[in-house]
Amino acid sequence: MTARALTVLRPGLLTTVQDLGRWGHQAAGVPVAGAMDTYSLRLANGLVGNPESAAALEITLLGPTLRAEAPLVVAVAGAVFDLQVDDRPVPHGAPVALAAGSVLRFLERRAGARAYLAVAGGLETPVVLGSRATHVVSRMGGLDGRALLVGDVLPVATGATRPAGRATRSPLPLAEAPGPRRLRVLLGPQDDWFTMSSVDALLGGTFSVSSRSDRMGFRLDGPMLTTKRPGELVSEPVAFGALQVPSGGAPILLMADRQTAGGYPKIATVITADLPLAGQLAPGEAVRFAACTRAEARSALIARERDLLRALPEGGTA
Amino acid sequence: MSVATISRPRLHHSGDGLVLVEFASTIAPEVNRRAVALAAAIAGARVPGVRDVVPAYASVGVHVDPLRFDQAALDAVVSHAWDTAAGAEPAARVVEIPVCYGGAFGPDLAEVAAFAGCAEDDVIARHAAGRYRVYMLGFLPGFAYLGSVDETIAMPRRSTPRTTVPAGSVGIAGRQTGVYPCDSPGGWRLIGRTPRAMFDLARPEPALLAPGDLVRFVPTSHDRWTGRPA
Repeated sequence: MTARALTVLRPGLLTTVQDLGRWGHQAAGVPVAGAMDTYSLRLANGLVGNPESAAALEITLLGPTLRAEAPLVVAVAGAVFDLQVDDRPVPHGAPVALAAGSVLRFLERRAGARAYLAVAGGLETPVVLGSRATHVVSRMGGLDGRALLVGDVLPVATGATRPAGRATRSPLPLAEAPGPRRLRVLLGPQDDWFTMSSVDALLGGTFSVSSRSDRMGFRLDGPMLTTKRPGELVSEPVAFGALQVPSGGAPILLMADRQTAGGYPKIATVITADLPLAGQLAPGEAVRFAACTRAEARSALIARERDLLRALPEGGTA
Repeated sequence: MSVATISRPRLHHSGDGLVLVEFASTIAPEVNRRAVALAAAIAGARVPGVRDVVPAYASVGVHVDPLRFDQAALDAVVSHAWDTAAGAEPAARVVEIPVCYGGAFGPDLAEVAAFAGCAEDDVIARHAAGRYRVYMLGFLPGFAYLGSVDETIAMPRRSTPRTTVPAGSVGIAGRQTGVYPCDSPGGWRLIGRTPRAMFDLARPEPALLAPGDLVRFVPTSHDRWTGRPA
């Protein structure tokens, strides 16, 4: 019997193995990494009957071409790409059967920036400190701690070979009307370091995701944000979604591969419910920030979780 | 040394996924001692919804799952740990790190000597004379922020970071010193290199250093080691 695996025929722009992240080791300086949009990763896993924490491929802007070495079931969620299996179109957001030897191609990208390809059984690359997530800067996890290359072979654990679930639509509003993406924030922890006009500029202005953005953080071009006093903070732990502002005044939105701590003041932090939307931003896209309350952040997250459960096939485990 | 101001810990939030336990805003051993002790107490208390506990210089970060997190439980753990903290820290572990100073391993040693107005050997002697506290880990897996460096050799970091600093490089950045655990970009002034692995996944505890440890750098000759860190 042939090994369950996917062979990389074309790697795409930046395709990495990711899961929900390497939590529990930040005290040793180990970044969490994991999916930029954990919500779509969980949805893709649910569509093929995997636990939500299974490792999958995160596909960035330009997708890969992959060959199944055995009968496999896959599903793609998150960014919407035109997909083909052996020159036949197949749906996004649905379990798809791949026969041994068949080739899955990612073609045109229609919405979003990062797609998640889950395989029934889950990718079986080595577990490093409790996670398979790739952190490229420290060369940890995934396949040798790097993005996929031509010829890589991704082992797949035992799982279904026939699709069981139905198609679904992602509840994330990725293909909504053009215009800036709106992300809700909670001000702080250092909003009092900034001038009033900077807080107003953060909440009233439009920012653009710079081309100098990566999985560690998105540099945002737009209004400059200035502090009332000079100087840096004594380095403290930082959150996924924190908006840190170096002395130059251009904020950086900290993303999945962020360092564990930093000394720049943070004017605001994107709420957990909206992190998946941040993870779907591409360079050049516009973004606006709206302040919310802790109660609103909580209701938004409850709604997001409820939508995910509804989107999953019956018996989905995500 | 100035006396650090320590107040009763307060919980601040960074969004809904990170709680910062803060009680000071200075870098001082007595402040950091409280951070290390609080982090250990929080990590040991199994508060519902806590995903990661991260001690830093003068604070502790508690990463949480917002829908499972029990803030009242964290409040209680922090108050209790603060009130019952013993005055004295348990005896610190001392970790010796051998360093080949200068030459190709320490390309900035001459600049630091010029900054200090002394001979290269004096820079080595002053750096090796220190007993450095591990304040926190961050930047890269196993990267420890150590302090404090003798003021005379406390040269600020380079204005333009190097694109690649080899693993094991020992650097100075102001009054901080540290060892790069893997090849990475970096702006610290490089004065030597160690063959000891700062981070090794083959060890049960991959990071060589932990917050609260004391580090001693031991000058070692180039004859004894010319290879790269294991």
